[in-house]
Amino acid sequence: MTATLTNTTLFRFATAGSVDDGKSTLVGRLLHDAKAILADQLEQVAATSRDRGFAHGAFDFALLTDGLRAEREQGITIDVAYRYFATGRRSFILADCPGHVQYTRNMVTGSATADAVIVLVDARKGIVEQTRRHLAVVSLLRVEHLIVAVNKIDLIGFDEERFVEIELEAHRVAAELGLSGAHVLPVSALEGDNIVDRSERTPWYDGPTLLELLETLPGLAETASADADFRLPVQLVLRPQGGLSPEIRAHQGERYRDFRGFAGRISSGTVTVGDRVEVAPSGLSTTVTGIQIAGEDAASATAPQSVTVTLADDVDAARGALIAAAGTAPTGRREAVVELFQLDPRAVTAGTRVLIKHGTSTVQAQVVEVLSRRDLETLALDDIAEALAVNEIGRVRLRFAAALPLEPYARNRDGGSLLLIHPADGATLAAATVIDEP
Amino acid sequence: MSTDTITAPPTALDTLDILEAEAIHIIREVVAEFERPVLLFSGGKDSVVVLHLAAKAFAPGRVPFPVLHVDTGHNFPEVIRFRDETAQRLGVRLEVASVQSYIDDGRLAERPDGTRNPLQTQPLLDAIAAGRHDAVFGGARRDEDKARAKERIISLRDEFGQWDPRNQRPELWSLYNGRHLPGQHVRAFPISNWTELDVWRYIERERIALPPLYYAHEREVFRRDGMWWATSEFSQPRKGEQLERRLVRYRTVGDMSCTGAVESDAADTASVVAEVARSTLTERGATRADDRISEAAMEDRKKDGYF
Repeated sequence: MTATLTNTTLFRFATAGSVDDGKSTLVGRLLHDAKAILADQLEQVAATSRDRGFAHGAFDFALLTDGLRAEREQGITIDVAYRYFATGRRSFILADCPGHVQYTRNMVTGSATADAVIVLVDARKGIVEQTRRHLAVVSLLRVEHLIVAVNKIDLIGFDEERFVEIELEAHRVAAELGLSGAHVLPVSALEGDNIVDRSERTPWYDGPTLLELLETLPGLAETASADADFRLPVQLVLRPQGGLSPEIRAHQGERYRDFRGFAGRISSGTVTVGDRVEVAPSGLSTTVTGIQIAGEDAASATAPQSVTVTLADDVDAARGALIAAAGTAPTGRREAVVELFQLDPRAVTAGTRVLIKHGTSTVQAQVVEVLSRRDLETLALDDIAEALAVNEIGRVRLRFAAALPLEPYARNRDGGSLLLIHPADGATLAAATVIDEP
Repeated sequence: MSTDTITAPPTALDTLDILEAEAIHIIREVVAEFERPVLLFSGGKDSVVVLHLAAKAFAPGRVPFPVLHVDTGHNFPEVIRFRDETAQRLGVRLEVASVQSYIDDGRLAERPDGTRNPLQTQPLLDAIAAGRHDAVFGGARRDEDKARAKERIISLRDEFGQWDPRNQRPELWSLYNGRHLPGQHVRAFPISNWTELDVWRYIERERIALPPLYYAHEREVFRRDGMWWATSEFSQPRKGEQLERRLVRYRTVGDMSCTGAVESDAADTASVVAEVARSTLTERGATRADDRISEAAMEDRKKDGYF
């Protein structure tokens, strides 16, 4: 591990690829070459690799991410695995998403919070159906950066012409799916070409290596527009009267005698003491009189910090309320059209009753109608659908038992993302993003 | 924690700021949505950090849930002292489940290898049931172990406390689904996304007090399985194992019978941060005999209800 004693920024990315594209090898190589695999882990992998008949000194890198017994026994990845590493510039959270089994479920889970997604392509096969599906999810979830790693470039003799063909095809498909600015690069995960160090065997490629890309692409936290409208979903109201922390009680008990703070994590924008805000759904306006970031006084705070704010007036703002910059609070909505990612084997159809989790609210809801199913190769919405089965994506209209302050996902991630939950057993049935405006 | 000084407006948030904000968000979600949360608190650095985050999440109020320690009876006495002092300082109620009392009355039997870590599961599940706890906070991190790398932040346990790794709820955005049926509970891991180095950098930044054995000190130790073991009534050198006085520290603090020390001269937090950043071994690989049993040791314990 490279020493990271200075402050670093956090970058989240996901990897996706079809079976045999070499994704586990890529992840293993990245971690290994970034010196993020420690000696005892490597020793364990080497020992198990030997037991499995790998040549002396060769590693089955998949063993690093396939953490469950069933995965190692079957040689498949069942579930998203999280890995962590750091370089001098950044700390990384890697969500390693299996590409074949339950791919929508895993891709959606891994990509929902990702700053970038790496989609692997086998240089010998080029863009395949599975690649298009991965790109479709990246597009629908509006992941900021797409990296297409054309792997096994060694197996096509570092052929520039073939790479350029795949690169053009990748850009064309990405554009078809509404993605722009894909980063396409030639790599060999097995041999390490262009993963951390620039390969001498691809002299025709003058772009960045994979790690260089990951270290320099701007993350969500850095690009989050400071002038986005301020939003604070209220998690709870802190009224510690009688329950002050012993340390506070000893020194500042009087100051907090009538304290009533609204606790939550800022989902967008910035707030400064003195700002005018309004509270949804009550619609009342007031002024911010105090801000604490993680328990300490501050003049202003910004997304995604966890804060407690105090307000000038005695407004009604319980859990589920949204505090927003004055004049910007979204209208409460009882109905919305959403892009739905079906994750549970029990299909969703017109009439299905669910619970909806949005921000800090959970409300009863019903699927009014299934509007269409997507063709996951073209993203076209031309299918007429009665129901959405597991791993399918489509559009449905939802009706809620109470008004929710929804915003289109394209404008505000937190304001536009929902979970559909089974009302009886509590399973997460589907994820959804809000498409339409009121 | 709370002061009257006004800090400058934040510029770019660094990794620790983001991880802290995420952890506080998780802790508040659990307190808002569950009736009787409890925090597993051993006095080890990870649970100390979670308790510190909880104190910040509810300031100026106190931490609104009790802490629970499953005491193996083989814990380091200085850690037990630290545990008691910390709970008292923060005004939180401490519940203790004792493995020793289970052994004394025959509900559990001592293992031939003398390790009591796996024996914690039953007292833990009983304490959860007795306290009617529907959410149990833990300081587990995904970077500790490859089974933990697959763990959710809010993770459902069935009525037997079991974890079903093949049937976990997908977890998206910052929306945590904690719905559960009577008898089920969830485990909540607010520092899932932290690494050992993040934890130490945070301890340094926040000046968080820890039990002294996390820092270099002289101790009577002997070498076994590539680790340094403290002498105690639970671990004695066998024939051929040499007792010596060495400068050591602990990277993890668990049962005295299965936690080894590492040679170190890191006597303060800054030195530990530097040492961890340079380390070539994982903390569990370096110091935990119980995780060396098999490649799936942690997965098997977790499935049975361990934390």
